[in-house]
Amino acid sequence: MRTARPDMDNRMAADPIIRIENLNKWFGDFHVLRDIDIAVTRKERIVVCGPSGSGKSTLIRCINALEDFQEGKVVVDDIELGPNLRRVDDVRREIGMVFQSFNLFPHLTVLENCTLAPIWVRNMPKKDAEAAAMKYLERVRIPEQANKYPGQISGGQQQRVAIARALTMNPKVMLFDEPTSALDPEMVKEVLDTIMDLANDGMTMLVVTHEMGFAREVANRVVFMDAGQVIEVNTPGEFFGHPKHERTKLFLSQILR
Amino acid sequence: MNGSEPTFVRKTLAPARKAPVVTTGLIGFLRTRLFNSPLNVVLTFASAVLAWFVLEPTIRFLLVNAVWQGSDRTACLADKAGHPVGACWPFIQAKFTQLIYGFYPEDQRWRANLTFALAALLLAPLLVPKIPGKTLNAALFFLAFPCLAFFLLRGGGLDGFAFYWLAELFSVAWKPSLMRFWLDFSLTTTVVIAVVILLWGGWPNGRRAGLVSALTFAGIAVVIVTLRLDQGGLPVVDTRQWGGLLVTLVVSITGIVASMPIGIALALGRTSRIPLLRIFSVAFIEFWRGVPLITVLFFATYMLPLFLPGDFTIDALVRVLVGIALFAGAYNAEVIRGGLLAIPRGQREAANALGLSYWKTTGLIVLPQALRHVIPALVNSFIALFKDTTLVLIVSLFDLLGQLRAAFADPTWATPTTLFTGFAFTGIIYWVGCFAMSRYSLFVERRLNAHRQT
Repeated sequence: MRTARPDMDNRMAADPIIRIENLNKWFGDFHVLRDIDIAVTRKERIVVCGPSGSGKSTLIRCINALEDFQEGKVVVDDIELGPNLRRVDDVRREIGMVFQSFNLFPHLTVLENCTLAPIWVRNMPKKDAEAAAMKYLERVRIPEQANKYPGQISGGQQQRVAIARALTMNPKVMLFDEPTSALDPEMVKEVLDTIMDLANDGMTMLVVTHEMGFAREVANRVVFMDAGQVIEVNTPGEFFGHPKHERTKLFLSQILR
Repeated sequence: MNGSEPTFVRKTLAPARKAPVVTTGLIGFLRTRLFNSPLNVVLTFASAVLAWFVLEPTIRFLLVNAVWQGSDRTACLADKAGHPVGACWPFIQAKFTQLIYGFYPEDQRWRANLTFALAALLLAPLLVPKIPGKTLNAALFFLAFPCLAFFLLRGGGLDGFAFYWLAELFSVAWKPSLMRFWLDFSLTTTVVIAVVILLWGGWPNGRRAGLVSALTFAGIAVVIVTLRLDQGGLPVVDTRQWGGLLVTLVVSITGIVASMPIGIALALGRTSRIPLLRIFSVAFIEFWRGVPLITVLFFATYMLPLFLPGDFTIDALVRVLVGIALFAGAYNAEVIRGGLLAIPRGQREAANALGLSYWKTTGLIVLPQALRHVIPALVNSFIALFKDTTLVLIVSLFDLLGQLRAAFADPTWATPTTLFTGFAFTGIIYWVGCFAMSRYSLFVERRLNAHRQT
C-alpha cells in the first residue's frame, strides 16, 4: 500500500531546514525505512509517534548519521548527506540529540559533560566553555548540580543535563529520541517542561515520544509511522480529532484511554 | 499505644540509643564473629593453632635462630654458633651488591644508583594524585627518563642527529667533530620546531607547540652537556654485565610501560570496523598468546640473529625487552578489549552526536571508562609479568634470581641454610613489589570510581 506522500508539506515548507527525500534503509534483509519523505521548516516542532518497531528512532537517527542508509538523501541546512555519509561531521555540528537512556558520560562531572564538546570540537578555551555551560545548566534549572557526577543525580536531572549538553554546541535542530521513556513517572514533567521551554524559544525539533499530551500541546505537526512507513502527517488537532487512516485510528484507540 | 489499633499517629520521637555492648568493639567482634556457635569456636581454635604452626617456625628461622654477623660459612654452622641455625644473613650481606647490580663495574655503580634515584624521584609524584603538573611529569617519566636511563646505564655518546643519520643513510662521508655535532643539533632543532609549528596550524596557532618543542630541545642540550654525550659520554657498560635487581627492574618496568600502548592499540584494532586492521590484530594477539614466553625469549636470543643480515646486531637485552613487551602487549590487549566491550554503545553515540571524531571519542570517552573497568585485571597481568621476568635467566641474562643462583655456587658460603636464606630474601623483595602494586591499584580504583558512589 502506497502511503500518502506529504508533498503538500514540501510546498508549504518554504524554508526547510531538514529535507528527507526517498529515504530507504535495510537492516540486513529487513526493510526498516521505506520511501520516507519529510521536510521540516525552521522553528517547526514535529512529533513522531507510532508503535514500537515502526522505525521512528531509526528515522531520526538517520538525520544525524548515527545510522547509515542505503537509498535517498538527508539534507540538513543545505548540507547533503547521501548514503556514503561523507559530511557526517558538518551535519552533526548542526544537530543536538537527546537519548532515551540519557547517555551522559559517567566518568565526567555534569559540568565536564557540558564543556567536553565545546572544548574538543570547537576549540573553545576552558573558561569560556565553563561559563557557557553554566548558562545552559541554569536554563535547564540545575546549575547547583554542576560538580556532581551523573550517577549522583536523579533521572530527570540527568536528562536535563543531557539537554544542556546538546545545547552547548548551539545546534540549529534538536532531536529527541523518547526522552521521557526511561524516567520515573514523577520526573517526566520536569523534562517535558524543559523541552517546552526550548520550543517556546523557537528551537526546531523532532521528538519521538509516546507522550500524547505533549504532542497535542507542543507539536506543529504529528508524524505517525508504522512498519517503516509514514502513514499520516497532520496537525495535532486533526490528528487526534479526526484521524484519516485506519491504522492511525487503531493506534490512537489503543493508547488513548 | 497498642499494635492492634487500626490507626496510629506517633506522638513522641524515639531517641537514638547506644548500641548494646555485645555487638561493638573487641568483645562484640569476639562474640559475633569468633565464638558465636560451637562450630565457630572449633574453627577459631583450629585457625589459631594453624597460624601458630606457620608463624612460629618462620619467625624462629628468620629472626630468633638467625645468624647476623660473620665473614664466611663457618659463622652459619650450628656447632660454631652454638645453637640451631636459621637464616644466614651474612651471606646476603656479602652478596648484596651482586644481587642488586650483577656484574656492573664497582666504580660505575653510582650510575645505577642515580638511575634508581631518578626513577623514584619521577615516579613518586606521578603516583600521588594531589601533586600538580601530571602532563609534564608523565612526559618526563615515560619519554625523557628511558632515554636518559639508556645513556646513564649503558653509557656511550652520540655522533650526531638527523643530518648525521641522513648522511649515514645515503653513505655520505661524515667525520664526526664537536663543531659538526652542535651544528647538526641546531639545524635539527630548527627543522623540527618549524615542522611542529606548521603541523599545529602555523603561526600563531602553533606557537605553544613550538615553544614546547624548543624547551624539549633545550632540555636535551642540557643532558648532552652534563653527560658529555658529544664527547663519547660515559664509559660503555655492556648489558651482559648488568644483573640482579637492576635487570629485573629494567625488564619489568619496560615490559609494563611498553605493553600498555601496544595492548591499547591491539584492542582498538581488534574492535575496529576496518577488516584488515582487525585481522592483523587478531592474528598478532593469537600468535603471541599461543606461544610460551620461554619460546619467545629463545627465539629472540638465538634464532633472530640467524635471520638478520650478518653485520646487523641488536643487543641481547633489547631483543628480550622487545619480546616481552610484545608478549605482554598481546595479553593486555585482551584485557583491555574486555573493558571496551563493557562500554554501552550509547556512550560512543552520544559523543558522535556531539561531533567528536573517532579518536577523540575513543580517547576521552571510551578508553578512560574501559581502562577503569579493567584495572584489577591489568594489575594482575603486571604482577604476573614482574615475576615472569625471571625467565630471562634461560637466555643468560642474570636477573635477581639468576644472581642468587650464581651466589649459591660460591663455596665460601655453602651452608645448610644458605639456600633458604637466599630464597627468603628474594621472596621478600618480590612480595614487597607485588604487594605495593596491588595496594596502589586498589587506591587508584577507589579514587577513579568516585563517580559510582552516590
